[in-house]
Amino acid sequence: MNLFRLSWKNLTYKPLAMLLSLILFALGVGLIALLLQINQQVQEKFESNLAGIDLVIGAKGSPLQLILCNMYHIDSPTGNIPIKSARPFLNPKHPLIRMAVPLSLGDNHKSYRIVGTTHTFVDSIYPADLVEGQLWQADMEVCVGATVAEKLNMKVGDLFHSAHGFVDDGMNIHDQGDKFKVVGIFEPTGTVLDQLLLTNTQSIWAVHEHEDDKGPPANAGAQEHNHDHDHENDHAHHDHDAAAPAPPRKALIDEIDKDVTSILVRYRSKSNWRSLNLARNINENTDMQAATPAFEMARLTSMMGTGEALLRQLAIIIVIVSGLSIFISLFSSLKERRYELALMRVMGATRERLFLLIVLEGLLLALIGYVIGILLSHIGMQILAVYMEDAYRYSFSGWNFMQEELWLLVAALGIGFLAAILPAIQASRTDISTTLTDS
Amino acid sequence: MLQTQNLTFTYDGNTVLQFPDIHCRKGEQWLLLGQSGSGKTTLLHLLGGLRTPRQGDVQVAGTSLGQLRSSELDRFRGQHIGIVFQTSHFVRALNVEENLMLAQQLAGQIPSRPRIEELLSRLNISHKLSAMTDSLSQGEQQRLAIARALINRPGLILADEPTSALDDKNCDEVIQLLEGQAREEEATLLIVTHDGRLKDKFQHKIVLEDKITRL
Repeated sequence: MNLFRLSWKNLTYKPLAMLLSLILFALGVGLIALLLQINQQVQEKFESNLAGIDLVIGAKGSPLQLILCNMYHIDSPTGNIPIKSARPFLNPKHPLIRMAVPLSLGDNHKSYRIVGTTHTFVDSIYPADLVEGQLWQADMEVCVGATVAEKLNMKVGDLFHSAHGFVDDGMNIHDQGDKFKVVGIFEPTGTVLDQLLLTNTQSIWAVHEHEDDKGPPANAGAQEHNHDHDHENDHAHHDHDAAAPAPPRKALIDEIDKDVTSILVRYRSKSNWRSLNLARNINENTDMQAATPAFEMARLTSMMGTGEALLRQLAIIIVIVSGLSIFISLFSSLKERRYELALMRVMGATRERLFLLIVLEGLLLALIGYVIGILLSHIGMQILAVYMEDAYRYSFSGWNFMQEELWLLVAALGIGFLAAILPAIQASRTDISTTLTDS
Repeated sequence: MLQTQNLTFTYDGNTVLQFPDIHCRKGEQWLLLGQSGSGKTTLLHLLGGLRTPRQGDVQVAGTSLGQLRSSELDRFRGQHIGIVFQTSHFVRALNVEENLMLAQQLAGQIPSRPRIEELLSRLNISHKLSAMTDSLSQGEQQRLAIARALINRPGLILADEPTSALDDKNCDEVIQLLEGQAREEEATLLIVTHDGRLKDKFQHKIVLEDKITRL
């Protein structure tokens, strides 16, 4: 019957007495741990997806939206830009731009985005090897990100019709043209690439040209995919002026009648002042806009940071209140146990032992609260992860344990100790004789 | 075994209680009689080292209690003095066996299950080994209290009004148990009581008279 077991027995003897403190403590710890996890994982996703992109060029609109849509694939496009205007930036000889990757968005397969781009996207921006098959070569060939392949159970050789927009509502299937054919599956990269289906830019154009050729049946009504409808944001790259398919293939840069959604840019030199001027020039002198991912993400983080700071302060208040609650329950339990403590002194327990006994009870409470809190936070994170993956097409996990959680443990034990110290002093001062005589 | 000299005690600095000198040899059984308010319990607490006297000295097994530091006194008490109180209290979160184990451990001994079983069976409550203490009857609780006082084989057993709450039958039983067990363990027994029923059961008696001096 060592002290540790005795304090455990004391706590479990009347579990209800300590339950409120325990729940409060677990809630506070859980909330803090959950915030830490979300913060860390979101930050990680944002950072890994920055991928050294210095500038995103797209249609005018919200710069944050441009970044979220074209780098993180969680918002709608701001519109399209004609290749005619974007040509200078796609030119490999541009003095400031080392790399420019065009993106064409607007279609999905089972709500996973199909992105029309070039091989540079997987060579340089999100370096990824294929676990199966090969990179797309011809039109209508797609390579599939790891998560998409896993969730939709896709294999090389699968055929599918893409759907219009970003939401899988089962209505806007491009079921009139050719089917996409899966030719490759990417390895998991931990970046947004896992959530995408990649093809060449021309395929995206082709899907819509094809439909324009045949046109929707005249009696199709509103349910049919109508290319003159007005959700431009959903589907920014319509090419209504497309002529009949032209077999002789032009370079992308020469398709001056066509549109892309955006261009991801890496500078030759980040520190060159002319690079910095490039964005301003585009914004002031063209119909396009240029946004800097690092800057926009910092802005977003600082906006979210306010709410997060508030929540964190709330969590800290909960923890402090629960510390007070531990203090009060220990103190009131001492009143009932005065005789017991005096008896222990009679049986040979020193003052120091009684002090230790009560401190141990406080520490144990804090430890149990901490364990419950951490468990809650990870279960909560796992639930959130499922939800966030559905909503944002991002993978999060509830089972990432962090170093911060160790610090949280130290802090939790510290609070348990502080809450127990006054009751412990009180216990160690128990006067044997008066206590025994009083009762 | 137990020896006191010129023991006085004061509660408030004004009233001084004076106690007769006590001298009990090893293995002897003594009765300390006194009316309520004569300072019986105070004397017992002084003898058990639970209180410090104003003057005088208590010697148990050759050790002067006044010369021990607080923690040494706690340890000494756990090892050499067993105390049975008027009403029995135990650590409520622990069962019978665990309460006795705790008593062994707090006195710095290694918990011994055979010792616990032996004592409980001698006191006829071995079937209560894993019962919670608040489920015991009053008689059983009193026996357990005796077991706890004896568990570490102390040289001195002090009992504070062990029979005052009991009827005649239980009273006899408890006294017999205390006498018998103390003899078996070769411990010196001192019972403090105002219970007249015990008067004729003991040879050695000290009668406490009101000896209160006002300063």
